[in-house]
Amino acid sequence: MNGFGVDPVAIDLRRLVERQVASLYAHLVTRPTGRAVRMAIESQLASAGEMALSVIDFSEVHVLDFSCADEVVAKLLLHYQPPEEATRAFFIFRGVSDLHLEPIQAVLERHRLAAVAEPPGGRCRLVGVRSDADARVWRSLEERGALSRGEVPAQLPDEVDRTTLESLVRRGLAFQRPESGDYLALSNLMRSLMG
Amino acid sequence: MHVIRVPSSLDYSTVDSVFQQCAQVAEGKALFDAGYLRFVDPQGLVGLLSAGALLKRRLGQAPHLRLPRQTKVLGYLARIRFFEQARRFFSMQARRPREFAASSDVLLEITPVTTNSDVHAVVDRVQSRAGTILTRTLGYPLVTVVQFSVVLSEVCQNIIEHAEAPGWVAAQAYYWAKRRERWMLVIAVSDLGRGFRESLAAEHAGGYGKRWGDGTALEAAFLHGVTRFQDSGRGQGIQQIRRQVRRWDGLISIRSGTARIADVPDWDDTPALEQGLARFPGAQINIVLPAKERGKEKSRMTDPGPDS
Repeated sequence: MNGFGVDPVAIDLRRLVERQVASLYAHLVTRPTGRAVRMAIESQLASAGEMALSVIDFSEVHVLDFSCADEVVAKLLLHYQPPEEATRAFFIFRGVSDLHLEPIQAVLERHRLAAVAEPPGGRCRLVGVRSDADARVWRSLEERGALSRGEVPAQLPDEVDRTTLESLVRRGLAFQRPESGDYLALSNLMRSLMG
Repeated sequence: MHVIRVPSSLDYSTVDSVFQQCAQVAEGKALFDAGYLRFVDPQGLVGLLSAGALLKRRLGQAPHLRLPRQTKVLGYLARIRFFEQARRFFSMQARRPREFAASSDVLLEITPVTTNSDVHAVVDRVQSRAGTILTRTLGYPLVTVVQFSVVLSEVCQNIIEHAEAPGWVAAQAYYWAKRRERWMLVIAVSDLGRGFRESLAAEHAGGYGKRWGDGTALEAAFLHGVTRFQDSGRGQGIQQIRRQVRRWDGLISIRSGTARIADVPDWDDTPALEQGLARFPGAQINIVLPAKERGKEKSRMTDPGPDS
């Protein structure tokens, strides 16, 4: 046990496609390919513990179309982070370039979802559908890295912001340690678990 | 013998005349007379293939295709691999040329699309070829190659997922001397499936009542992203393609059944919605992307004819 109650799962999409979908496919295009990739990711997550942080790496993906993004990003989030229910897995989409971001943003908007994406060589950002309060509270936590339970009233004096923080946790966009109730940015959780 | 006259300039704006003539043919033998063909674009070619396939299906025998007289037009048809597909639907004289060098401005030869793997193959091919045409010929930034591949992927998937029938895709850049004095890239997709009206009817016709038809089905899919699937993630392909084509100041049209719907840029005068056209049972998607700047006509080695 790593102290967080979360199992880390790193997924390199290019290798996953080569190994488990079709070695001839160099790009993430078409819905059947996306569906196969999503099922392979779900298979890997099934062997993790009750709660997992999955880092899904797009660095080696050149072309991502909208149909594939719908399966690999939106449907995956809907499966593990169903609306109105507590999240069952956390995701960071790594190596997301501007060209990936366009289809990812489109499918997130279509399903009214948000996600954490890390551009190549850059800091994590919140993408998809987010309110002003979502963006403000998420950025505040991301910049601090962590927020202890006791610090919350001082750092987030506005009731709306405190409610938003709980909502971010429920939607898998921030992490709350089960034993202490402290909050972690997903990027911080990723560094703690994966180095 | 029914004679279908192929216009001397066969492109997206004239291919309907072929379908209109085909609509008059119910039985007997048919001849497609392309003897005077001097210019043809990808939309004209996949349209001609579709018309041949439809008549073969209707008449129970392959119509005859009289080949173009001009050698350079024949050469272009060989380069874009028209004959490989045409021999499935037409009988032809054995006058066609055998070997031609790869063409620099044929971005994608006429390629059948029936499976998921075909879409991957199209994207692979375009990724390796599109850079030069999109950047040097059309003046688009290099990142466009990926966006262009995404557009092609989505239009090809439309064949597989919605038509449930075989289709073709082709793309080529050429110089539009008469219309715009600049280079254009034309992407043509055609399938022989069931068309938008039938594809959407079970889920959506009831909501439209008596208004339901080819035009309303196209409006539903093209303007509102409606699909036959319950899945809310479906239907965004066409919407995203439209958005991208608009950014490039391009034209996109979809023709299905007796109607055509289009997003029309300032430089073209295609109507936004046409109805009462000759029936085409599948769907045709036409995309025309203009070069950023007017440019001089380049090498005509691969040009299909003098009338461009």
